[in-house]
Amino acid sequence: MASDDILIRVEDLVMHFPILAGVLRRKVADVKAVDGISFYVKRGETLGLVGESGCGKTTTGRCVLGLYDITGGKVFFEGTDITKVTGKGRRALRRNMQLVFQDPYASLDPRMTAGDIIGEPMLVHQVAAGNAYREQLAELFTMVGLEPRMSIRYPHEFSGGQRQRIGIARALAVRPKFIVCDEPVSALDVSIQAQVIMLLMKLRQELGLTYLFVAHDLSVVRFISDRVAVMYLGKMAEITRSDELYDNPLHPYTQALLSAVPIPDPVVDRQRKRILLYGDVPSPVNPPSGCHFNPRCRMAIDICKEQEPELRDVGGEHWVACHRV
Amino acid sequence: MAEGELRAVDGLSYYLRKGESLAIVGESACGKSVSAMSVMRLIPYPPGIIVGGEIIFKGQNLLKISEEEMRHIRGGQIAMIFQEPSTSLNPVLTISRQLGESLELHRGLDKSAATAEALNLLKLVGIPDAEKRLNDYPHQFSGGMQQRVMIAMALSCNPALLIADEPTTSIDVTVQAQLLELIDKLRSQFGTAIIIITHNLGIVARYVDRVVVMYAGQLMETGPTDVIYAEPRHPYTIGLLASVPRLDLPRSRKLSVIEGLPPNLIRLAKDRCAFLPRCKYAIGRCNEEKPVLEKAGEEHYFACFVDVRKQSESEGLTSGKR
Repeated sequence: MASDDILIRVEDLVMHFPILAGVLRRKVADVKAVDGISFYVKRGETLGLVGESGCGKTTTGRCVLGLYDITGGKVFFEGTDITKVTGKGRRALRRNMQLVFQDPYASLDPRMTAGDIIGEPMLVHQVAAGNAYREQLAELFTMVGLEPRMSIRYPHEFSGGQRQRIGIARALAVRPKFIVCDEPVSALDVSIQAQVIMLLMKLRQELGLTYLFVAHDLSVVRFISDRVAVMYLGKMAEITRSDELYDNPLHPYTQALLSAVPIPDPVVDRQRKRILLYGDVPSPVNPPSGCHFNPRCRMAIDICKEQEPELRDVGGEHWVACHRV
Repeated sequence: MAEGELRAVDGLSYYLRKGESLAIVGESACGKSVSAMSVMRLIPYPPGIIVGGEIIFKGQNLLKISEEEMRHIRGGQIAMIFQEPSTSLNPVLTISRQLGESLELHRGLDKSAATAEALNLLKLVGIPDAEKRLNDYPHQFSGGMQQRVMIAMALSCNPALLIADEPTTSIDVTVQAQLLELIDKLRSQFGTAIIIITHNLGIVARYVDRVVVMYAGQLMETGPTDVIYAEPRHPYTIGLLASVPRLDLPRSRKLSVIEGLPPNLIRLAKDRCAFLPRCKYAIGRCNEEKPVLEKAGEEHYFACFVDVRKQSESEGLTSGKR
């Protein structure tokens, strides 16, 4: 594959957060939120990132955007290592990479009008001014399915779904190439979720966007993504094409995760094999040795406790980190 | 000043047999939680009033009995678990005390017997090292473990009915599956009837016998789970089922979107179908009167004038058939 097909490349990304304790705020341990993961996102594709709470998926999204000083590894955007870019260059980079947040209630300033919220990034990045500003603002409203006359309203006057549309319009305002969507529909009602999912897919096609879609809902992620990456406790368990995910999951964790999601059709669901995992996800402060999943894995053998499996290509863009595959 | 009257639940009727499981399905503010809180008589007054209707539990109208009698039923005969286990447990009491409290109150056990029983319950709901965890406080438990404690507490008095209000919404999928399997197992073991309130159509399909679909405080459709998923008759049910992405279907399948927003309950037209403004099947009659429940089959009822079966097949909108 030609390297210019790849928009984002992440190599061995590590993000540890220190735990400080005592009067002297000494570091006593690390939360190993992301512990050495690698993946890429091709231009124009959607990569879904799934996993349970504490698996590091949100942290990964933020590291890719350069919002944290990463502990280790590299993040490339169009071939440039973003961790090495500072000052003006970083600002230009930021224009190309935007974020849509999970909570449409907390991510909009209650004292700004919808128009100011969506317009602010355009002014900050000097995308447009004057008449062009007003025209583009109206266009953004229409693009996400809101009416331009709503621009004088405040966030509390909108419903949850409409607020998420405002959040999307704000991300689009600076005409980015890449958007990280962090659980963009999980706070929304079922019927509104579908509206926002379809909107995101339409925008991607019309504007040629690339998404990193972070979410815990496997059905939603598979639906919107071209490829899906499954994370567990700071590690990448499996990356595969979305069609392959349901038909041929290879990692025992992916298999358990899929079987835990009931299908909204009783006849189909009854015929599925159910794999019940025991216990909870361990703490990322003190992850198990070897494969992080081994204490809950029904396939685990001795080597799984001792040696960490590498993420390897099993063919057809299907990557899996498991000794038993 | 009051803007008007908000009918959170408006003329809802359903029944539940001994040992049966029922799901109340709907989106936020459709009245599904309020209807369950009414059964427990936990609606704060003011502002909430149960204006009319009856809640018959084992032949007794719960709206007519005294608060004293109700207190014995609540937690004893009817138990409830909530969405956020962390806010439902008392942070300053140990797990053993919280479980013991209801055992002493409802089952008249003394303190040591209550502690012994609390241990049994923790084992029953699958808490590892139960002996060691008895004297822990809620914050020492994970969300999934806290919900197990809530389930243990709810089942401690062997209730005839368990109401679970979004029991797994804040919990990870693999742990969610553990909890739902546990509730299902306990239901078959003890014959407890269960009402699950949820917006998750997958959970309903997997664990529930019968479904009540609510919209804007009103009953839209009710029937056996298999029937509702295979042959939904109400446009809202059809829309809901077609709007969720499914793991097993090809990704090329388009999600069918229910246009518009859920209604403002204060401004809802009381003499029309609540779903009318968002309904793509609406006919002239919908603008004239409000549909009443109509029988579609065995235990299957729906409130709609339109025969969607004729329309949906040509448009391919039902998600149940592929």
